[in-house]
Amino acid sequence: MSGVRVLVGTRKGAFILESDGQRQRWDVSGPHFGGWEIYHLKGSPVDPNRLYASQSSSWFGQVLPRSSDGGKTWETVGNKFEYDGTPGTHQWYDGTPHPWEFKRVWHLEPSLTDPDTVYAGVEDAALFRSTDGGQTWQELAGLRSHDSGPRWQPGAGGMCLHTILLDPADPQRIFIAISAAGVFRSDDAGKTWRPINRGLKSQYIPDPTAEVGHCVHRIAMHRSRPNVLFMQKHWDVMRSDDAGESWHEISGNLPTDFGFVIDVHAHEPDTLYVVPIKSDAEHYPPDGKLRVYRSRTGGNEWEPLTNGLPQQDCYVNVLRDAFAVDSLDACGVYFGTTGGQVYASADSGDNWTAIVRDLPAVLSVEVQTLP
Amino acid sequence: MIRVILPYQLQTLAHVHAEVQLDVDGLITQGSVLDALEARYPVLEGTIRDHITQQRRPMVRFFACQEDLSHQPPDAPLPDMVASGAEPFLIVTAIAGG
Repeated sequence: MSGVRVLVGTRKGAFILESDGQRQRWDVSGPHFGGWEIYHLKGSPVDPNRLYASQSSSWFGQVLPRSSDGGKTWETVGNKFEYDGTPGTHQWYDGTPHPWEFKRVWHLEPSLTDPDTVYAGVEDAALFRSTDGGQTWQELAGLRSHDSGPRWQPGAGGMCLHTILLDPADPQRIFIAISAAGVFRSDDAGKTWRPINRGLKSQYIPDPTAEVGHCVHRIAMHRSRPNVLFMQKHWDVMRSDDAGESWHEISGNLPTDFGFVIDVHAHEPDTLYVVPIKSDAEHYPPDGKLRVYRSRTGGNEWEPLTNGLPQQDCYVNVLRDAFAVDSLDACGVYFGTTGGQVYASADSGDNWTAIVRDLPAVLSVEVQTLP
Repeated sequence: MIRVILPYQLQTLAHVHAEVQLDVDGLITQGSVLDALEARYPVLEGTIRDHITQQRRPMVRFFACQEDLSHQPPDAPLPDMVASGAEPFLIVTAIAGG
């Protein structure tokens, strides 16, 4: 019987949860890398035992562990992320030029075809790639050297490249998102890039429809339909039907369109999930009720999913990389909170249960569907 | 033989106990001790000093003989008691957080 492995990154270590296809009983291992911030872990789609993790701390910087046995053991690989050429400057919070400085890896995206190739989205925003299993890293510098680079600025969490989407139908096409610059697309495997933010409106920047400067929190796609993208922006839930050339709003009847996560059902390309958060000033659910909202129509029409989730006195947040789906039938849906719970639904979101609770604040959740 | 005391997180990273002992050639300085430490435990590269600039990471401190040597130049000689192995060179995490 197939199974599921849930990879959880937290403020103080990583945890790995495993279950069979029923997804009723869970074995929890961890903390791995106890005491370290684990911004993200992710497995290779072509070798599920190959895992990469971003391990960092304010004291000791970035470390990058790799596992070849599904997280039972780990080895440390390369942690040298050197910007290509003279790094130059981006815009600081006060509008002044500020040198690019590597701080940490936010997101790791293994190749769809090669377990030794993996992309890293880092702060200050840049995209790196390794083709030797993480031993060495090279910047795809065409992104950061885009003409708009000096105008990029950090969001409250830092100037992070937090989302990397590899197009399963076109190996030359990559989408990335940066807070607070926006979405960029490459059609030549990462050599050159252009911003694709037309249709976004952000009232918190001087020109609300500017080419760059938008605080995009997360983008998602269904692998069967890579030209359709969904976005949770700082405010607004957005959709593109032309690979990012233009965007339109699909917030519809959401109680608030602020939030961090967005994801797509594994088998239904028009079924979306978001977790509305009250506001940028109040990073918790409206009314103290933790609700996932699901749209079965590709946006605009949303239904709250509450069964099994706390509906009073709940003031956690769900961070941008802390939502994932498995590909079993029925689709499993998972998310982690800053309160240390990981909730799972084995029926596409209709019913939820905490499969682990009281972990450190959850930074990321990824799911592997195992053969 | 130079004695170096590592903080807990670096002990676990390098799979060693608190104290490691190093043979260091030439003048005993912060730089030469850290070079020898990283050569023996490459996993520590980039964790004590920045990969590119070789600057001490801001929240790492160097103590020895009851003195804070964090702001000494990396090529300044360490105290004789460290060079002789009588006293350890301590790599310490700065107090940060609540």
